[in-house]
Amino acid sequence: MATYPADLRYTREHEWARVEGARARVGITHYAQDQLGDVVFVELPKVGTRVRQMQTFGVVESVKAVSDLFAPLSGEVVEVNSSLTEHPEQVNQDPYGGGWMIIIANADGKELDALMSAAEYEKYLQTAGGPGGH
Amino acid sequence: MAEPEAAALKRTPLHAAHVRRGARMIGFGGWDMPVQYTGIVEEHRTVRSAVGCFDVSHMGEFEFRGPDAERALQRLTTNDVSTLEVGQVQYSLLCYEDGGIVDDLTLYRLAPDHYMMTVNAANIEKDWGWVTEHLDGRVEATNVSAETGLIAVQGPRAEALVGRLADIDVTAIRYYHFSRGRVAGAPSIVSRTGYTGEDGFELYLAASSAERVWDALLAEGKPDGVAPIGLGARDTLRLEMKYALYGNDIDQTTNPLEAGLGWVVKLAKPDFFGRPAIERVKAAGPTRRLVGFEMVDRAVARHGYRLLKEGAAVGQVTSGSYGPAVDHYIGLGYVPVTLSAVGSLLEVEVRGRPQQARVVKTPFYPPKVKKA
Repeated sequence: MATYPADLRYTREHEWARVEGARARVGITHYAQDQLGDVVFVELPKVGTRVRQMQTFGVVESVKAVSDLFAPLSGEVVEVNSSLTEHPEQVNQDPYGGGWMIIIANADGKELDALMSAAEYEKYLQTAGGPGGH
Repeated sequence: MAEPEAAALKRTPLHAAHVRRGARMIGFGGWDMPVQYTGIVEEHRTVRSAVGCFDVSHMGEFEFRGPDAERALQRLTTNDVSTLEVGQVQYSLLCYEDGGIVDDLTLYRLAPDHYMMTVNAANIEKDWGWVTEHLDGRVEATNVSAETGLIAVQGPRAEALVGRLADIDVTAIRYYHFSRGRVAGAPSIVSRTGYTGEDGFELYLAASSAERVWDALLAEGKPDGVAPIGLGARDTLRLEMKYALYGNDIDQTTNPLEAGLGWVVKLAKPDFFGRPAIERVKAAGPTRRLVGFEMVDRAVARHGYRLLKEGAAVGQVTSGSYGPAVDHYIGLGYVPVTLSAVGSLLEVEVRGRPQQARVVKTPFYPPKVKKA
């Protein structure tokens, strides 16, 4: 598994979005889960909630820290990964697979332009990234 | 960020060893310390199931020598120093006149007129000021913090591991006692104490030999499943035991009786700092108590969150996290005595929403310390 898959788009707050037709699946990046450490709790919105690009949609908590989650795209939450309630560690183990968080039905395709490609995100991590980088 | 720049942070004698082993470093109480190596949960479980090594060299050590050392320490600390035998360790407190806590500490009687006090890293200067200001009689105090390395070896395999490296019989050391010997060739105080609820030792060494002993423990302990452990797991381990953390659960605004530390306050002994105030609290009864709670709703309680009862604020969370061995979201906090009984239902205000919690019996995890 690539550390930053090329089919994803990335935010500066370390979320990713994968466009799946008219919907976008959302999670946090490898970098984010690694910096957080053991994820022990994920608070997600209810299905039907409307989210706006770069507004908070939930919270992820590791043993030591609480972090807001920012929506990469605007739209309506149409699915929530409820398995994270019992198994938040999936965010660490499989951030782009089992650790996904919500699916947004996206109305505005232009918002994607504001997100980074994998190459741009990796470059961003090297310049703005945290201790050690990757 | 409240922590100073990394360059301004102090380093323990094991700093280079942590960096070399890939630890994630953070500022803690003015020190650049490892928060984790592989992950807090995994490190926590290693200590509960095998053995882990902690660098606690950032903690402070003061020595007291002289014919009046016992009398001076009786006045300074809340526990009864006269009951402390040579070779024994005592958990105790320094209190202000108003009963607030200066620090919690362990006191070692090294010889009849020679004691060592171990204090919290972030409090070394404050404690040294308090102690030296209030010391009287024929007693000489020395702050040996900088020359002293301290390694905690904790877990069910700790006795086997330290035993193989020591030139003394460590199985003969009882809980809260110590012996002197060489560990991996380095002269050491081998103390059967810790902050995890597991059996184990704390090794006091010359700072110059700390790295050699650290490396020897990690090499020799491979068959035991040893791992270096960061401060993150140290915190979750102590939380599962309800061991107080200075600055979170106890401080200058809390008194020993409400913190559940009345057992280290000996009101029958000669006068000591804070006694009149603590006696008043005892006579009137404390108004609040530090309790352990488990979350009923799925939410994580954190230091500083408000505790509510039917929507009204009644106290604050002092420590809270996921407890890896109890597999629950747990916490500590002060609540009015009327709400402190086991089973009492409270709410923790998490991001503006009340989430139900229940007061439970503590420690959360049954201790495995080796009491003879």
